[in-house]
Amino acid sequence: MPDATALELIRQELGDAVLDTSFFRERATLEVSPQSIRAVLGHLRVKGYAHMASLHGVDYYPHEPRLGVLYELLNMSRVDRISVKLRVPSDAPEVDSVTPDSAEHGGWPTANFQEREVFDMFGVVFRGHPDLRRILMPEDYEGHPQRRDFPIGGEPVIFTYNESPILEGAE
Amino acid sequence: MSASPPTSEYRRREQSITLSPLGEQLEQSHDEQQTSQELLTLNFGPHHPATHGVLRLLVTLRGEIVHDIKPIVGYVHTGIEKTAEDKSYWKVIPVIERMDYLAYHFNSLAYIGAVETLAEVVVPTRAEYLRVIHMELNRIMSHLVWLGTSALDLGAISMFWYCFREREQINDLFEMSTGQRMHTRYFQIGGVAEDVPVGWTEKLRGFVKRMPSSLDQYGDLLNSNEIVLQRLRGTCALDAETLLSLGVTGPLLRAAGNPWDLRKAAPYSCYGDFDFKIPVGTVGDNYDRFAVRMAEMHESVKIIDQALEGLPEGPYITTDRKVALPPRHELATSMEALIHHFKLVTEGLRVPPGEAYYPIEGPRGELGCFVRSDGSSKPARVHMRDPSFVNLQAFSRMAEGSYIADMIATLAMLDPILGGIDR
Repeated sequence: MPDATALELIRQELGDAVLDTSFFRERATLEVSPQSIRAVLGHLRVKGYAHMASLHGVDYYPHEPRLGVLYELLNMSRVDRISVKLRVPSDAPEVDSVTPDSAEHGGWPTANFQEREVFDMFGVVFRGHPDLRRILMPEDYEGHPQRRDFPIGGEPVIFTYNESPILEGAE
Repeated sequence: MSASPPTSEYRRREQSITLSPLGEQLEQSHDEQQTSQELLTLNFGPHHPATHGVLRLLVTLRGEIVHDIKPIVGYVHTGIEKTAEDKSYWKVIPVIERMDYLAYHFNSLAYIGAVETLAEVVVPTRAEYLRVIHMELNRIMSHLVWLGTSALDLGAISMFWYCFREREQINDLFEMSTGQRMHTRYFQIGGVAEDVPVGWTEKLRGFVKRMPSSLDQYGDLLNSNEIVLQRLRGTCALDAETLLSLGVTGPLLRAAGNPWDLRKAAPYSCYGDFDFKIPVGTVGDNYDRFAVRMAEMHESVKIIDQALEGLPEGPYITTDRKVALPPRHELATSMEALIHHFKLVTEGLRVPPGEAYYPIEGPRGELGCFVRSDGSSKPARVHMRDPSFVNLQAFSRMAEGSYIADMIATLAMLDPILGGIDR
């Protein structure tokens, strides 16, 4: 992890793109504005954080902006990790996809499945993603189950004996 | 008989058969119809023994050559990450273990490590050593299942029985130390559930002594087996740079020559105490993937041996009563122990608010667990970065342009665990 000082230096390099930084339990986090995510990741890649270890979503319900996307970057030569976080409101959950190559920045092909998972579970729409479909839930599923206001349970389990009433009731 | 010009239509056609490559023949004979360019889409799975689980592949073929693969996953999605948000921290461990069902100790350590980071729990050294011993046994067990089923895919059925013979011994060891053969719930926040029973270390020592010769036996069966070599050598190679851009880690990356292993690069638990090597391949073909995992089992045995020799005395779980249950006998005499016990069992431990990502080296690559705490006794978010899920993205790139039979071998060498992919 870059220490707190190094994190502030990175913040200065990135300027207005960074909204906040936090250094908690040896974990350095940059909170950036959603519009600048490609530029921030591109800058960090040049600095050596060239491997995207993980990309995942978080729901900060009831705080706004509610939905978060986290990018865990890894610098393999210095064995150093930094995480980049952005937050989007739940009524307009849109952010640029980092999967494809763009004019200024190279893509992160590893983000493909993981962005699909965040879309599936949280409903964050990744603009420009090559194949933004649900990945874990069935394609005709409604709702985004990993959101905090999505209830657990309550869905009837289909067996042979109750198959027809459930399916007919759904129509 | 003197050679006469062919009379019948059949004889004329027979003479036209040449030994030129199949592709050329197809182009010559069907040039006007363009059939050599015709693509066939084949549905493969989800219920197929060679998919190692319920993986469905939409394979586009040009003749017998793989043109493109689209993996379709989610058939065993059970919403474990969602379930975890509704359970107190220590009750999450059993469900987390069931994600990647061949790496249960790794799953629980990734999760527990993240929680321990947030709660700043200090783990006793004996517990760390016991964890490492169990994880490395788990790694061997996982690789044995991989080896047995992969050999089965290549047509070698006897390997399966030999691998499961040794795997049973590991499961017996788990049963003796933890009470369960799989999904043991042995690792706890702050240490392990209980100390190993009398006689366990002797039994493990016997296993450590036997295992290298068993591994040599597997090597004797496979390493110079012409069929295995022809199926694996030079097939479906992918270079380290492409693998990294696709996020692939673990034995697949090491097979391509990049010695990235979190046990060495960023030692967690007590891996810094042990002397072991990181096996790497050269070209990253299926044979390297096979050889790297075979060598890894040898290294795991070495780690277990060293951990067993250096196993320190002391407590097996933290004495912090806010984190771990007090010993049973204290409940009868100490009011405080009773209160702590009651609070932990009814409410569970409270973890300071914050976020943590704890990566470890699982049998298939970087297994990271992200935990967000909001200060209550239940996690606000648990996410497992499962290596199988990320590594599956490289499958299409590996198998493009190879024969469909090599695709099966590549899938075996990829070693995806669908429980981990779908979570």
